[in-house]
Amino acid sequence: MLNRRHMLSLTGSLAVLAALPARLALADAPTDARFVLAIQRGAMDGLHAVPPYADPNYKSLRGNLALTDNGDAESLLDLDGKFGLHPKLPELKAWYDQGELLVVHAVATPYRERSHFDGQDLLENGTAQPHAGNSGWLNRAIGLMGGDRRLGLALGPEVPLALRGDTAVASWAPEKLPSAAPDFLNLVQAMYAKQPGLQAVLRQAIDADQMAAQAVGSTSGMGAFRPGNAAHILAESGGKLLAQPNGPRIAVLELQGWDTHTNQNGRMAQALTQMNDALAALKASLGPVWSKTVVMTATEFGRTARPNGSNGTDHGTATAVFLGGGAVEGKRVITHWPGLDSAQLYQNRDLAPTTDFRSIAKAVLQTQLGLPQDALDRVVFPGSGGAKPLADLLRV
Amino acid sequence: MTAILAANRFGLGARPGELKAIGGDPRGWLKAQLDLRNATPASIAALPGTEARLSTIPTLMGDPAEAQKKLAQAVLKAARDQVPQDSAARLQAAITSKTPLVERLVAFWSNHFTVSGARPVAAGLIGPYEAEAIRPHLFGRFVDLLKAATLHPAMLLYLDNATSIGPNSRAGQRRDKGLNENLARELMELHTVGVDGGYTQSDVTELAKILTGWTIRRPNQPQRAITAERGGAVFLTAIHEPGDKTLLGKTYRDQGENEVDAALEDLARRPATARFIATKLARHFIADDPPQAAVTALAETFTKTDGDLTAVTARLIDLDAAWTGDGKFRSPYDWVVAIFRAFAADAPDRAQRAVQAMNQLGQRLYFAPSPAGWPDDSASWLSPESLLARVDYAEAVGRTKSESDPMQLADLSVGPSLSTESKLSIQRAPSRSDAVALLLVSPEFLRR
Repeated sequence: MLNRRHMLSLTGSLAVLAALPARLALADAPTDARFVLAIQRGAMDGLHAVPPYADPNYKSLRGNLALTDNGDAESLLDLDGKFGLHPKLPELKAWYDQGELLVVHAVATPYRERSHFDGQDLLENGTAQPHAGNSGWLNRAIGLMGGDRRLGLALGPEVPLALRGDTAVASWAPEKLPSAAPDFLNLVQAMYAKQPGLQAVLRQAIDADQMAAQAVGSTSGMGAFRPGNAAHILAESGGKLLAQPNGPRIAVLELQGWDTHTNQNGRMAQALTQMNDALAALKASLGPVWSKTVVMTATEFGRTARPNGSNGTDHGTATAVFLGGGAVEGKRVITHWPGLDSAQLYQNRDLAPTTDFRSIAKAVLQTQLGLPQDALDRVVFPGSGGAKPLADLLRV
Repeated sequence: MTAILAANRFGLGARPGELKAIGGDPRGWLKAQLDLRNATPASIAALPGTEARLSTIPTLMGDPAEAQKKLAQAVLKAARDQVPQDSAARLQAAITSKTPLVERLVAFWSNHFTVSGARPVAAGLIGPYEAEAIRPHLFGRFVDLLKAATLHPAMLLYLDNATSIGPNSRAGQRRDKGLNENLARELMELHTVGVDGGYTQSDVTELAKILTGWTIRRPNQPQRAITAERGGAVFLTAIHEPGDKTLLGKTYRDQGENEVDAALEDLARRPATARFIATKLARHFIADDPPQAAVTALAETFTKTDGDLTAVTARLIDLDAAWTGDGKFRSPYDWVVAIFRAFAADAPDRAQRAVQAMNQLGQRLYFAPSPAGWPDDSASWLSPESLLARVDYAEAVGRTKSESDPMQLADLSVGPSLSTESKLSIQRAPSRSDAVALLLVSPEFLRR
């Protein structure tokens, strides 16, 4: 079914037209660079996704969660002789080989407890405390870039905290319902004339929908929106939207399935396959804009270094972060490796954190989006002056 | 006005004639619903229970590879067969209920003690979980609700306690197996004291030890291996961690299957639990940021009555704060059920349509995204994409309701709360279909 909403401006009454936003191109966009944050909800096990297979304690510590390195189909994909990638990440391996992927290992936010929900809140609010505010660090970054409400895009039906805040952002998900007629949308907008909140949200939705109609076209052929293929559909469409010259610049994609308390070998294979395929679709649909893109993964924390009693892992601390894209100075694993000896583990339990997540995020925002370090230290990640941006992560 | 709040904020949206029935005594109408006899409608009681369903599911433990494969197939089949039936039954109960506060409480507590089909292993048991663990305890003591929810097979599977093994138990020693702390952590963080409730990693581990042994019955399990049974769950001494445990500063002597009762009773009585439950109730019924006085009042009643949920709910009804303010933005569940109630769309096939609508609007029944359940604040539901989806859905509903009288529908559903702008928009709409659809997305119908 073709989307009918792009006809809106032709059919609307004069009064409604006057209330519609001007459809400006981002000719004066503060940046031509693209940034995608992929949030892995549930805590990705960095020791499983990026196995430190040369560490002398790796095999004994990980037990049947250890990956082999004998070159068969189940074997890890070697990166640098010390670290590997899980075999379900062939796309990321290709990026690595082309110099478009780097991994930072043993990373954690300032959070040192083990609640998913507090951990995710802090990861997205950008402070050192859970629930320390109602805005996200990416929303504040967009605010510093001038606060244009066309810059930010949530891929999915909801806007994650990372993108919530003073600056309006769009959200996009495949339609599950036939679009309402443009005439009816006009009636609703008129009814909301004295409801600034509802009116702004609806207008944002209509704008995003118009843009999507042009960039993505019909979504009806994309199949049912299920947990299994949601990330793929969202990534592919997100890439098309980001590729528009007047489209958004900053998007958040959510990846599910990381809370692997049981049967981790099977569940990680699933979650990583989904991520691998989604990121492949993103790159393909970005087209030439890929060369100006950085994709960063973020998860609330890592998992226990040792398996638990159910062939899974429980909540832990440090994990790995992927940085991919044409703008990344890749083919590197960057880490101050803490080691896996019992005494080297955090609380004799988790991979110990040696790099602050904010040091990576700040480096990306600074280089990719041109935000000054002072603003990053005080506004985007308040009170993070101690977490210096890592140097030379991106091509300049 | 208060009849509207009783029907929409406390209830699930007014049905035809409901506002009149509430009349001048909204508090009395609500309190009269707080009765165990209203907790389980006949259609819910008729669904197959946990024991019947578990007997069709092979073992979780045992030979890992083959059992896992068989289990996966069986649970997926069970979920496919049973989730649609369970979901439709739940929504039909909500749509037709003459005691809608009871159905709202079911949804509230079921969300508090979330079991989600996002883990397929639990999906086929969520219906019975609500019928057996949630509904019978709505008007009893919190600790009994807590025990029933914690030890129900659906929860034991969803949060992995079914495969947690005491490292020093007989099975743990023999098979080099260990704890799974998933349930222990969420039990404190999400179900009782809350994340700031003062526990440490060591408390999580100790509670996980206390919980070991509680699992689901395996087919062909010898009866002699089972030390205790409770509502479809079994306790196996062979996987229970022996020895004393220290939780939140208190030592629990080695008492096998009885340890969990002692630990849950203490957790339920902690002041942090009273505060946590009171905050969630006030957020659900009053405002995203509820007045602290209301939270304090509810926590006080919770503590004074040792967690008597009838008393706590009655106190909530009595609070003046619960009858003021802008109220809440309706979740997709609230909004869809309110629409179906306004049209008295009571037939079973209508309930299936309501299930489908919730899915389309981003809140698939029984599939909350995490153990924390669905969010309970406007910011989570009022996104551009979801508001537009409601507009799309309302228009589609309107097209099927061209025979309805829009103003009559407005009177019975939102009554005098309808604003002048909404009323004018509805009256001036070019068709009855559009008028009905406008009512459904009016600011007044979107809130409760």
